[in-house]
Amino acid sequence: MATTGTAGRSRTIELRVDGTAYHPDVDPRRTLLDLLREQLGVTSPKKGCDHGQCGACTVLLDGRRVLACLTLALTCDGAEVTTAAGLSGDDGLHPLPQAFVDHEGFQCGYCTPGQVCSAAGLLAEFDAGAPSHVTPSVSDSPRWTDEEIAERMSGNLCRCGAYVGIVAAIRQAGDKR
Amino acid sequence: MKPFTLDRPETAADAVSAVAADPSAAYLAGGTNLVDHLKLGITAPGLLVDVSRLTSSDVREDDRGGLVVGAGVRNSDLAADRRVRERYPVLAEALLSGASGQLRNMATTGGNPLQRTRCVYFQDVSTPCNKRAPGSGCSALGGYTRYHAILGASEHCVATHPSDMAVALAVLDAEVRVLGPDGERVVAFTDLHRLPGDHPERDTVLGHGDLITEIALPPAAWARRSAYRKVRDRASYAFALVSVAAGVSLVDGVLEDVRVALGGVAHKPWRAHRAEAVLRGARPSREVFLAAADAELADARPVEGADGGNAFKVPLVRRTLAAVLRDLTEEADR
Repeated sequence: MATTGTAGRSRTIELRVDGTAYHPDVDPRRTLLDLLREQLGVTSPKKGCDHGQCGACTVLLDGRRVLACLTLALTCDGAEVTTAAGLSGDDGLHPLPQAFVDHEGFQCGYCTPGQVCSAAGLLAEFDAGAPSHVTPSVSDSPRWTDEEIAERMSGNLCRCGAYVGIVAAIRQAGDKR
Repeated sequence: MKPFTLDRPETAADAVSAVAADPSAAYLAGGTNLVDHLKLGITAPGLLVDVSRLTSSDVREDDRGGLVVGAGVRNSDLAADRRVRERYPVLAEALLSGASGQLRNMATTGGNPLQRTRCVYFQDVSTPCNKRAPGSGCSALGGYTRYHAILGASEHCVATHPSDMAVALAVLDAEVRVLGPDGERVVAFTDLHRLPGDHPERDTVLGHGDLITEIALPPAAWARRSAYRKVRDRASYAFALVSVAAGVSLVDGVLEDVRVALGGVAHKPWRAHRAEAVLRGARPSREVFLAAADAELADARPVEGADGGNAFKVPLVRRTLAAVLRDLTEEADR
C-alpha cells in the first residue's frame, strides 16, 4: 500500500473563489462543483448531468473554462476559481450576462451561469487565435462568426433551446470587447 | 464513490513508485474519463496519484526535426500550437473534433490515449461486459451496436476505442515514452493499444505503474498535407461513428507517400497498412481510393444488433476514405 497520504481522509486546501479566499477541509471524493455548492455556499455553478456532458457546472479555473463536476477538489489546492457570479463587478453586470439579458439568451436560466463562464473562456481562446473544428484551415486564425461561436459553445446544453439568443448574446459581447 | 486516498507527489518517479507499490492505485491526470468512472462505479481505486503537474506541459522541438509533446500538455493547447497546426494538421484537426472546449482544456496528451471505450454496456455496471468484468459476457452482441467494431474484434468484445487524437497519432507513427517501475522505455504508438482477443479488459500493453511521460512526433514531410475527417450522429460533441486520418505526398502525379488510419472501427486506432500498400505508387483516382478501402475492409465483420447492426460502417468508411484522399490529392495537385 502507499505510504504517503491518509487513507480516504480529508485534507485542507486553499483556494480563491470570485476573489474570496477559502480554506476548506476536503474529502478526496468531493468534486469542485460539490465543494463550491455544498461546502462553500457558492451556488452560481449548477449541477446538471454531473457527468461532464451538459456544461452547467462550467467555471474558470485559473482563467480557463473547465467542468467543475469532473474536477476533484483536492487537485484545486492553490487555484483561482471564477464563477458567473464573480464576473460581475460593483458597477453593474458584466457585458456577457448583460448580453444574455439583451438577447433573451435564457428561459429557465439553469444553464446560464455555465453558458456565461463558457462564453468568457471562449472569448479568451478566440482572442489567442486558437482554431476550432469549423475553422476552414487549422493553419489560419479563426474568424468571428456565428458558426465559430456555436461550435465553441457545443459543450453547453440548453434544454429550453435558447441557442439562437445565446449565440447572438456572445456575438454582441464579443463585438463590443 | 468508494473512499480513496488522493496523493500529489512532487516527482514523476515518486508517482510511479506509489502506483507500482499499490495494486489498487491509478493515475489521475485531466480526470475527464476517470472521475466519471469513479461516479459510475466502473472503477474503484484505493489510491489516486495526481500526475497532472508532474510531466511536461510544453511542446518542444527535437533534434530530428520532430516535436516532443509533454504528457501534461492539454488537448486545447496542443491543438492551438502553431507548429502542430502547420506541420501536423491531422493532429490539430483530430484534437479539435473531440469533446468540448471545457473538456479539451482539461484532457491531457498522456491521458487521452488511455481513455476507455464509451460502449454503453461497459458504462452500465448493471449489464455483463467482458471488458469491465472479465468472463461476465458481452451485452453488445445482439444489442446496441451502432458504435461498435467492424475490424479486429473478438467473440468476447466488440468495443471501439473512442479517442480521435489517437487515430492521428497512429497515422503519424508517434512514439510513446514511458516511465515504469523498471525505468524508461519507448513504445510505438501503433503498438500501444491491443485488440481484444481473450483479454478485452486490457486496453494497452502498458503494465501497472507505467506512466506516459511524453509523446514524440517524428519528422514527416507528408504530414503537412494531412487531414482528419470524423463522421458522427450530430455536428459536434459526439464520438465518431467512423473517422479517417490521412496524409499524402505527390511526386509527378504519383502518390509517393501515403498514410491512413481509421477510427471508430476497432478496439484500437486502426492503421490501414493494406490500404496504404494499394495507394503507394498509384495515380490518385476514385477507383484506386475505393480499391484501397476495399483491401482494408476485406476482413470487416459487422456486428448484428437489435438496432439493425453496424454493417453501414463498411460503405461509410469506404466513402469517407475516398473523400479524404480526393481532397488531399486535389489540394496537392494545385
